[in-house]
Amino acid sequence: MPYDEALERFEPVLGLETHVELGTASKMFCGCPTAFGAAPNTQVCPVCLALPGSLPTANAQAIESTIKIGLALNCSIASWCRFARKNYFYPDMPKNYQISQYDEPLCFDGHLDIEVEGRTIRVGIERVHLEEDTGKSTHVGGATGRIHGADHSIVDYNRAGIPLVEIVTKPIEGTDRMAPEVAKAYVTELRELVRALGVSDVRMEEGSMRSDVNVSLMPRGSAEWGTRTETKNVNSLRSVERAVRFEIERQAAVLADGGRIVQETRHFHEDTGATTSGRSKEEAQDYRYFPEPDLVPIAPAAEWVESLRAELPELPSVRRKRLQNEWGVSDLDMAAMHNIDAIGLVEATIAAGAPPADARKWWMGELARRANESGTALADLPITPDQVARVTAMVAGGALNDKLARQVLEGVLAGEGTPDDVVSARGLQIVNDEGELSSIIDQVILDNADAADKVRSGKVAAAGALVGGVMKASRGKADAGRARQLILEKLGVTE
Amino acid sequence: MSLIHKTAAELSALMAAGEVSAVEVTQAHLDRIAEVDGKLHAFLHVGDESALEQARAIDARRAAGEELGPLAGVPIAHKDVFTTVDMPTTAGSKILEGWRPPYDATVTGRLREAGLVILGKTNLDEFAMGSSTENSAYGVTRNPWDLGRIPGGSSGGSSAAVAGYTVPLSTGTDTGGSIRQPAAVTGIVGMKPTYGGSSRYGVIAFASSLDTPGPFARNVLDAALLHEAFSGHDPLDSTSIDAPVPGVVEAARHGDVAGLRVGVVKEFAGDGYQPGVLARFRDSVELLESLGAKVVEVSCPSFTTALPAYYLIAPSECSSNLARFDAMRYGLRVGDDGTRSAEEVMALTRAAGFGPEVKRRIMLGTYALSSGYYDAYYGQAQKVRTLIARDFEAAFHQVDVLISPTTPTTAFPIGERADDPMAMYLADLCTIPANLAGNAAISVPCGLADEDGLPVGLQIMAPVLGDDRCYRVGAAVERALENRWGGPLLSKAPAL
Ligand SMILES: [Zn+2]
Repeated sequence: MPYDEALERFEPVLGLETHVELGTASKMFCGCPTAFGAAPNTQVCPVCLALPGSLPTANAQAIESTIKIGLALNCSIASWCRFARKNYFYPDMPKNYQISQYDEPLCFDGHLDIEVEGRTIRVGIERVHLEEDTGKSTHVGGATGRIHGADHSIVDYNRAGIPLVEIVTKPIEGTDRMAPEVAKAYVTELRELVRALGVSDVRMEEGSMRSDVNVSLMPRGSAEWGTRTETKNVNSLRSVERAVRFEIERQAAVLADGGRIVQETRHFHEDTGATTSGRSKEEAQDYRYFPEPDLVPIAPAAEWVESLRAELPELPSVRRKRLQNEWGVSDLDMAAMHNIDAIGLVEATIAAGAPPADARKWWMGELARRANESGTALADLPITPDQVARVTAMVAGGALNDKLARQVLEGVLAGEGTPDDVVSARGLQIVNDEGELSSIIDQVILDNADAADKVRSGKVAAAGALVGGVMKASRGKADAGRARQLILEKLGVTE
Repeated sequence: MSLIHKTAAELSALMAAGEVSAVEVTQAHLDRIAEVDGKLHAFLHVGDESALEQARAIDARRAAGEELGPLAGVPIAHKDVFTTVDMPTTAGSKILEGWRPPYDATVTGRLREAGLVILGKTNLDEFAMGSSTENSAYGVTRNPWDLGRIPGGSSGGSSAAVAGYTVPLSTGTDTGGSIRQPAAVTGIVGMKPTYGGSSRYGVIAFASSLDTPGPFARNVLDAALLHEAFSGHDPLDSTSIDAPVPGVVEAARHGDVAGLRVGVVKEFAGDGYQPGVLARFRDSVELLESLGAKVVEVSCPSFTTALPAYYLIAPSECSSNLARFDAMRYGLRVGDDGTRSAEEVMALTRAAGFGPEVKRRIMLGTYALSSGYYDAYYGQAQKVRTLIARDFEAAFHQVDVLISPTTPTTAFPIGERADDPMAMYLADLCTIPANLAGNAAISVPCGLADEDGLPVGLQIMAPVLGDDRCYRVGAAVERALENRWGGPLLSKAPAL
């Protein structure tokens, strides 16, 4: 069903469960390193391979990181809680249970404020808990790349035991047609917050942050929530948005047809933007949770928690407010910068000496356009804030004009070196030689007698055409202001 | 007296004095194993070559003038749940047949460091589940007192090995009585330390919140020496207690009960207790009084519910602990012929690799943890556990130690209870409370039952981290009884 029609008939309720791999040096319950990209099964030991007799010991750094996330999300921190075993058989889970937390999460009952289309929405946080990641299965053969139908599977246990924080929202109601944007904005804000805390590098493309997206619909006017589906492991911001939108349209169509929504997990397909049915929860797994007897309870001392709270860095939303005031930009401009992840780049460019307006102009203008054209993220363009600041300085000093500056940026992006390299290699200096400029002007006046006459007769506006001619003749290197001055002088006109 | 009849402390003194070498001591015990283990079947693996090699290394170090620990050169055998890099480790199960661990258990490693010579690995009930070693996938172990009877369990190989003079020291694990009960029925000393006082790292888990490694020896001092050698905080075991090891050796050297308050657990008597066991227990009470102890009766009403609580908690934990045996990374793999799914291979392997008692407990535990039953079973059992700990606490306000028979009966004939799990479970009636509460408890020999002439054990229970009290009382009882008997109880055992 088309999105607009779906929203006319139904109201969506959202829920997000987001897993973040912590950036600790070692795994959650053993001393193995966590570096991404190592050869398969080289970062393993008796503990994370679940060899008989091995025992877990909890990574204190991971506990601290989780508490920091909880504090930044305005959560209460448990004074005493336990790990729990979540029991189920799967080849990539060495123990055939996952050490997780069940009814005693480390952090609970918080919130995160996000902004969507100028509105502030408070997303309730149900819980933040700590658990371990599984290994990674690759299913070889078969059409789907999933375990069913595969010829065989290979498992890499390097990822097994990497600390994962799970952040679970309360049901998010009242988002109405903004539901997809709200989901995306929440995950975006969460990612920035986790990054700002320095507890994870949050590389979604490496799977170090992934969200399970819960969506249900209720008919307009009803107060009773519908059956929800859970789309698993959605691992980009854009996919979160698309998955919500797809599920709203899909569920609306099913319900409108008199069908019923099955409570199930679903898979999201990046290529089509569609979700497909996974495992049905109605034949639900019984995870037989019970307190993990191999680990002592976590009992963070209140003073320690308070010291962590005091050490929290400035949070992204607070930072954005501060920068907005410092730079004196509108909500809309700030949101635009936020949307394309430009704030940090602009800030760094200003720190390198550029005036705020100029820094913003280049990143949000020329550079954003080029990023968009080449389909890369702004931050991934091969140009640094320092280089952008250098270009703005050259413009301010009169060595470049905007047109030349754009060429300099183009050169830097093309890998021709620093802005200064590009200027000298391409010969992009403004023409400052009065003699050369004067002779160009004389020629332009001769070539454009009509325009010159108009100026002489007092139509000063016609000088623009002459300036344009000078710029063209100088291949953009003339200083347009000085050229105009000289033209008027030569034609005996004063402004 | 031959080397095999000497205690660990005596062997240590002889080696220190240069009167005998570690190689000679090791060879004597290897010879004894070759001579009698065919009858006992205490060992699943004997490492002749590696043992002699270790012994030679010890002799060389001693010859070089190196200061060696008190048990250097003394032979030991490990229950086959302790991982050993140089020997297979099977947990008595087909599912781990031939598995060679790439790492040593903390207990193994510490004893290796201390210079003990590992003779081999001993038999046990599969995954330490049982009270007779009849559940071993590799055949039953026999009691040196009567080859037709069980040596106790689950650490029955370790008790039989020590009682059969094939090794002076051995390790075991005690989850519900698996050290104390085998010690009692074979006439030796077996100690369950305070939970967390000995490291579980590298001990193949049965029930994590209960499993406690501990020593077997032929006398109290030897047990204390071994206890001290492997104890102490282990950062690899989160539940390991970070506190000084109680002074167990000191306590064992100075057994004394004068002025000590001793509580007799009222609930551990009556129906189901063999008269000869109760008679020897009464003798022990009188003995303690004659030695100056103040003996009173103490009621611990919740102890009567310990057995059912145990049979919910232990199976629950084991159902999860044993999930890792799935044919993926190690051990047996059945049905992997290229046509079956991973799930099918897992199921076939577990069906073929686990014995009936292990399957029974996995099913019990899986059921007890199921959604909808958790509160009624596992949850309720945890409450009972709290009550038991409170009973202990209240009792230790009145008395310094609690005593009871270690087991309701002497060693029963092989096969008698094999088809009756409930009867088998009753063997651990008196030992389970100390596991549920984490207390220290020891079993020391206190005589022979009149009706069958088989050994009876006296259980001495102490508060958490009060392990030294077990040794102090145990040593006093041992000294008095050995004076009365003219030697250790074990000397009355028939020759093999
Ligand atoms: Zn590891």
